[in-house]
Amino acid sequence: MNREEAVVRQPSTGGRRAGLRPNPSVIVGGVVAAGVVMMALVSFVWTPYDPTLVDASQRLLGPSARHWFGTDKFGRDVLSQILMGSRTTLFVGFVAVGVAAVIGVPLGIIAAMTPRRLGELLMRGNDLLLAFPALLLAIMFSAVYGASTLTAMIAIGIASVPSFARVIRSGALQVMGTDYVLAARSAGRRPFAIGVHHVLPNVSSLITVQVSVSFAIAVLAEAALSFLGLGTPPPTPSWGRMLQESQEMLFSAPRLVVFPGLAIALAVLGFNLLGDGLRDRFDPRLEDHR
Amino acid sequence: MSETPAAISVRDVTRDYRRSRTSLFRPGTSVHALRGVSFDVRPGERFGIVGESGCGKSTLLRILAGLDQPTSGSVVVDGTEISRLAERRLRFLRERLQMIFQDPMSSLDPRMRVRDIIAEPLVAQGVGGRQGRVTELLGAVGLQPDAGGRFPHQFSGGQRQRISIARALAPRPGILVADEPVSALDVSVRAQVLNLITDLVQDLSLTLIFVSHDLSVVRHVCDRVAVMHQGQIVETGPTREVYGNPRHPYTRELVSAVPSLRRALAGASAEDLAAATAGTTQAGPTQAGPTSGENR
Amino acid sequence: MSAAIGSAIRRDAAPAVLTVRGLNVTVRRTPLVQGVDLTVGPGERVGLIGESGSGKTMTALSIMGLLPEDVTATGSVRLSGVDHDLVGADERALSRVRGRDVAMVFQEPMTALNPTMRVGAQVAEAMLIHHTKPDRRHARTAAEALLDQVGLLNHAQAARAYPHQLSGGQRQRVVVALALANDPALLVCDEPTTALDVTVQALVLDLIVRGVTARNSAMLFITHDLAVVATVCERVLVMYGGRVVESGRVDEVFTRPRHRYTQGLIGASDLEVVDARGRLATIPGSVPAAGSFPAGCVFRNRCIYATELCATSPDWVGPNESDGFACHHPAGVPHV
Repeated sequence: MNREEAVVRQPSTGGRRAGLRPNPSVIVGGVVAAGVVMMALVSFVWTPYDPTLVDASQRLLGPSARHWFGTDKFGRDVLSQILMGSRTTLFVGFVAVGVAAVIGVPLGIIAAMTPRRLGELLMRGNDLLLAFPALLLAIMFSAVYGASTLTAMIAIGIASVPSFARVIRSGALQVMGTDYVLAARSAGRRPFAIGVHHVLPNVSSLITVQVSVSFAIAVLAEAALSFLGLGTPPPTPSWGRMLQESQEMLFSAPRLVVFPGLAIALAVLGFNLLGDGLRDRFDPRLEDHR
Repeated sequence: MSETPAAISVRDVTRDYRRSRTSLFRPGTSVHALRGVSFDVRPGERFGIVGESGCGKSTLLRILAGLDQPTSGSVVVDGTEISRLAERRLRFLRERLQMIFQDPMSSLDPRMRVRDIIAEPLVAQGVGGRQGRVTELLGAVGLQPDAGGRFPHQFSGGQRQRISIARALAPRPGILVADEPVSALDVSVRAQVLNLITDLVQDLSLTLIFVSHDLSVVRHVCDRVAVMHQGQIVETGPTREVYGNPRHPYTRELVSAVPSLRRALAGASAEDLAAATAGTTQAGPTQAGPTSGENR
Repeated sequence: MSAAIGSAIRRDAAPAVLTVRGLNVTVRRTPLVQGVDLTVGPGERVGLIGESGSGKTMTALSIMGLLPEDVTATGSVRLSGVDHDLVGADERALSRVRGRDVAMVFQEPMTALNPTMRVGAQVAEAMLIHHTKPDRRHARTAAEALLDQVGLLNHAQAARAYPHQLSGGQRQRVVVALALANDPALLVCDEPTTALDVTVQALVLDLIVRGVTARNSAMLFITHDLAVVATVCERVLVMYGGRVVESGRVDEVFTRPRHRYTQGLIGASDLEVVDARGRLATIPGSVPAAGSFPAGCVFRNRCIYATELCATSPDWVGPNESDGFACHHPAGVPHV
C-alpha cells in the first residue's frame, strides 16, 4: 500500500481514534447499552416500590399513575422489578463474559503460539465444547450444584469460551506471522513475554468486539435459564423469571410478558449493535497492519 | 598467511519443508528450500546475497539468525555451532547478531511506542541504562529525540526503517543481517537509508550480510556477493567480478535482465532486456505453485 | 525549435488519445493532485514518474474513473472515441469505457483476476462484455490465441488454469492479455512489474511494449523506477507534491534535467555514483504528508537552490504540457 492510498484510507495522520466517522451501530448500541446500565445504577438508589413486596390487594393492576407498568400476579410493581432485574442481567453478563475471556483469551493465544499439532488439538477440544449447547451445560450444573445465579453465570461463561478462543486464536495467528514478532524473537524475548507484550495488545480490539457480542448472548442465555427455572431463584427479580411467571397470563394480561420481553430484546439488541459497530470500526484497521 | 576465523561459516545447509497431505495414503511432498548452501563471511566484511523470489534467501537468513533450524548441515557463528542449539543456549546469538526486515509497516509493533520498540532487545537481555541508550540510538539513525514517545504509524516508511535499524543496534551486535531493507522504499529515501547503513557499518565495524533481489543495491553496498537460485548458491565472488564477468548462466541472465538507466539511454529496449533471459523462466502453468516469480 | 513545431504539427494532425486538463484531486479538503495537464498521442508511450505522495496513482485512477468513495476529482479527462468527459461520469458510462477504450494493468495481478474463474474464461468474458466478439466460441478461440501471444506456453492448457495455479509472472501476463483483449486505444499501467522478479519483469515489459505497438495503442506507464521508464517509454512526466514539475522526451529529461527535483531524483537513483566517502547523492529531507507541501513551489523546502522567489508558484516554461518544466532556478541555466 503506498502513501497515497494510506492517506485515503485513514482520515488523519494523528492518533488512531482521531477523526473516525461515527458509526450508527456504535451510537445506537452504545446508547441502549448505557440505558441498561443506567437502570441498574438507578435501582441501587431508588425504585418506585420494593420489587419483592407482595401485596395481594394490588394484584394484576393495569398501568396507572401509581404503577407505571402495573403489577404482577403477586401484587409486585412491574417497573421496580424491571429496574432491579437489570442488575441481575448485567451481573450475570459481566461475570459470564469475564469467565469466558479469562479462560478463552489465554487459550486462544496459547493455541496460536504452540506448534501446529498441539494448537490443532486444542482447537478440536474447543470445538467439542462449542458443540455443547449452553443450556444443556447449565442444566447439568444446576442439577449438580443447585440452581442459582452463580451456576448460571459459570455455565454461560464456560459455554462462551469456545467462541472467544476461536476468534482470539485467529487474530493471534496473524500477529505471530508478523515481522515484529520475528524481531522480538530475534531480540531474545521469551514466548511468554511475546504473548503478553505483543500478541495481547494487538488482539485487544478483537477482544473488545467479542466481549460485546458475548454479552448479548449472555443476557439472552440468562433470561432463558431463568425462564426454565435454572437461574436466579425468587425473590430476586429477574427478567427471565418474570417471563416464566407471566406465561399463564399471556392472553389475559399480555403486558406482563411484553415488558420483560421488551427489556430483554432491547438489551440484547443494544449489546449486539455495539459489538457489530465496534467490529466494523476495528476490522479495516487490522487489515491495514498487513 | 594468518587466517582470521570466519565470523559466520555455513556448510552444506539444507532445509526441507513437508507440505500438507493431499492424499490419505501418502505423506505430503517435500519442498527443498535450501539444497546444500555453503559460504563464509569474514569479520567486518560486507557480504551480499542476491536472488529472486523462491531462491531460499529468506529461509537462509532465518537459519543464520537462529530463528529456524536447518534439516542438515552446520552453521557456525563466532566459533559456536548454532544449528542444533535449543533456544536458551542461543542467548549469546541474540546479543551478537541482529536483523533488519523488509517491510517497514509490519516490522514494528503498531501498539508500542518507538522507545519501547528500540529498547526491546535490551529488555529481553536484561540490560540497564535503557533510556540513555535509546536517545543515543535515535540520534545515531538521524531521528529527533522526541520520536521516542510516538507510535510507528506516525512515521514514514524511511523513518520506520531507521527505527528498525536503531532497534537492531541496541544490543551492540557485531553482525547485522539485513533482509531487503530498502526494497519497500522510494528511490530518494532508499539513498538516505543506504547511506545510513553503510555509515553505521563502517563506524561500528560491523559484519554485514545484505540480502536483496536488487542487484544494483547489492553492488553498491557489498564487497562480496553470493548469487542464489532455487536453494543453491550458483556463484560467489567479489562484487565487481561477479557483475562484470559473471560465469554462471543464471548470473549472466540476472545481470543482463536488470533495466539500467545508462543502457536505456544508450538505446536498450525492453526487447533487449527480454532477450537476455534464456529459458530459465517457464511460461506455462507449473506445479511450482504461486510463490515463484513474485517479490513479497 | 523546429522539432517543437514539428511535434506540434504532428500533434494537431492526429488527435490525442488522452487529454487531461486541469485535473485536481482532493480527499476531504486535502489536495492530492493539483492542476495536472497531460496529453498522450496515438501510439505514444508516455511515462509518469513519481515517488509516494506525488499523486501519480491518483492521477491514474482519475483517468480510469476508479477513485475511492470520498475522493473527488475536478477538471477534464477526455479519451478519443468517448464522447463524454470521464471526470464526473457515472459508473455505468465508465464501465462501458473501461476494458474497451482504456484498459489497465495494476501492480498486483491477484486482485485483477477472479480466483474462481479459469483464466481463459476471464479473457473471453472481457471480449463478450464489450461485444468485440460475436459469440462464446469466437471469444474462447480469440482468448486462447491471445494467451499464446502473451507468451503462455501450452496456451490451451493455460486457458483452463485457475489464477492460483499460475506463478506471479504468468498471472501478470494474463492480466496483460485481459487488458489488450479489446484493442484499447489507451493502456494504463501502474507499476505493473514492481512485484515481479527481475527476469520475469524483463519478459513482461517486452510483452507490454510489443502488445501496444502491435495495436498502435497509446500507453501511460506509471512507476517510480527511472530505468524502466527509460527502457519502455518515449516521453516522461515527473510528478512531485501533486503537480507535474517537468516533462519531455525521455533522453532529454534524464540527461539534461531542468527541475531540481528531477535532478535530485536522477542523482539519488544512480547507485553507481558515490562521493569520496562512498555515499550516494540524496535529496535532503523527506516527502511531506499530503496537504503539508509548501505554498509556492512544492519542492522548495527540500531544494538547496531555493530563494524567496520560490515562495511564488513557478510558471510552466515550455511550448506545451508535454515539454517543459516549472522551476524558478532550473538546472543547466547559467547563473541562477
